[in-house]
Amino acid sequence: MFRWLEKNLPKIVMAPAVGLIGWFVYGFVLWTLYISFTNSKILPKYELWGFGQYEKLWASRKWLIAVDNLLIFTALFLIFCVVIGIILAIFLDQKIRAEGLLRTIYLYPMALSFIVTGTAWKWILNPTLGIQKMFRDWGFENFTFDWLVDREMAIYTIVIAGVWQSAGFVMALFLAGLRSVEDEIVKAAKIDGASLFTVYWKILLPMMRPVFFTSFVILVHISIKSYDLIVALTQGGPGISTTMPALYMTQTAFHKSQVGLSAASAMMMFMAVAAVIIPYLYSELRRENAR
Amino acid sequence: MQDNLKSTSYQQLEQKSKYTNMFLRWFLYFILIVFASYFIFPLYVMVVTSLKTMEEIRQGTLLSWPSGLNLESWAVAWGGRGYGAGDTFLRPYFWNSIKMVVPAVFFSTFIGAMTGYVLTKWRFKGDQWVFLFLLFGCFIPFQAILLPMARTLGVLGISNSVVGLVLVHTVYGIPFTTLFFRNYYISVPTELVKAARIDGAGFFKIFFKILLPISAPIIVVTVIWQFTQIWNDFLFGSTFSFGEAAPIQVALNNMVLSSTSVKEYNVDMASAIIAGIPTLIVYVLAGKYFIRGLTSGAVKG
Repeated sequence: MFRWLEKNLPKIVMAPAVGLIGWFVYGFVLWTLYISFTNSKILPKYELWGFGQYEKLWASRKWLIAVDNLLIFTALFLIFCVVIGIILAIFLDQKIRAEGLLRTIYLYPMALSFIVTGTAWKWILNPTLGIQKMFRDWGFENFTFDWLVDREMAIYTIVIAGVWQSAGFVMALFLAGLRSVEDEIVKAAKIDGASLFTVYWKILLPMMRPVFFTSFVILVHISIKSYDLIVALTQGGPGISTTMPALYMTQTAFHKSQVGLSAASAMMMFMAVAAVIIPYLYSELRRENAR
Repeated sequence: MQDNLKSTSYQQLEQKSKYTNMFLRWFLYFILIVFASYFIFPLYVMVVTSLKTMEEIRQGTLLSWPSGLNLESWAVAWGGRGYGAGDTFLRPYFWNSIKMVVPAVFFSTFIGAMTGYVLTKWRFKGDQWVFLFLLFGCFIPFQAILLPMARTLGVLGISNSVVGLVLVHTVYGIPFTTLFFRNYYISVPTELVKAARIDGAGFFKIFFKILLPISAPIIVVTVIWQFTQIWNDFLFGSTFSFGEAAPIQVALNNMVLSSTSVKEYNVDMASAIIAGIPTLIVYVLAGKYFIRGLTSGAVKG
């Protein structure tokens, strides 16, 4: 008995983690998947109902707006975060004075919650007392910046705040990537007469392909899951113009009590994440095995 | 003569490139400072706004300096006005968050250390698959588990309680903590463990005598990562708790959104700073570890 215990101790120690994740992750996802095929309203029902919830979902105007917003947000969020992140990383890599301080400043938003970020930007962007008023007080009488309350433009305020929060993080990833390149490569290129621009554009940035890939995966992941920022900044408004899938899911589940429909929307999000993550995990594992 | 000419032009060239370099240098700093201002701007606005009276806010601009060190809105944000019902303030929710964060960070870190240890030093057949099985938990969108989680917490009788949130954060932290410890322990030479085993040291003895003493950096990384994630969480907090059991981020959001009285932006900003200050302090004090966690486990968002 004792020997058996000793022999299997490692597995016994592993058991709680595997059990918890098996139940709370895999079990729960399967449950949600099952419920998405039923006609559940306030309480879950267990008779199968086919793809009805998915048909309802894709016929819903609000869901389509949410998906549209997600695409707009993801595209802009990606582009701005990556461009700003790369510029800052390259510039910081030029033996800058006070690099540590600047890095700290660029990255501190990552330590804040999206609720704090959203609260701050909501105040800055509000037309009555925020940026708009600041410029008008400075003499630009016709200056208008009311995106926060403009149906068409409100989604871009979420981009502004989101980029503010996450660009520094991309900077950190690229800076780490640039620093890991051997000095000899850069030196050799310089001796051959390559300008600094060429060194970065032709040699270093192409070497950063894995960092691009990682940033892409992480940023898309953040944007698919974005919820807190929208709640704090616009609550999906004005109207429903800034709804995103994560917000749609919780509203449908907990305010409208459409459990089946919200499960269907959750599964759509799950599939979107899986489509990005599975190739990523696969390539990461291959890299690790190749080492 | 010829020689002389050559050398002047070379000098001129060098002079020129020196000027371009200097210009580039200034440009570099200029851009870096412009971005630094963009990142600092909201924090600055939050701090000065929290120190103004509402009268000052209406008259001044976002950037204008407060007339004095007016801490009243901080007092209101933290302790309320003392008129009883409807008076929301952050103090009780701040403690809720502490009560939630401390055990959740402890349990998830401990479990992660154990699983990371087994996965690297007590390898068994199929352990790679077990790791992958756990790792996938880092990536799931939590929307896919919200509904069954809400029901489970109800069945267990811990919905709308700090205990429930501790359970939720512990469980969904395990994939990350396992990832951190596994990646750290994999670089510890296995020979050390083998030698200890030959000497007759058991499973726990090896962990506590050999691995734990060298684990300080990864424990710091993990604790900071988990602390930041759990402190900043809103989705779980707002879904599984309301009213008195809510953590601070939920309370902050409720305070800012409450439309009962006139908007008090100074109190809002003071509240936001209070909710953000613990993680900000950790970041400033231990930035290196914070960044390390971020770059190795940043899949969560």
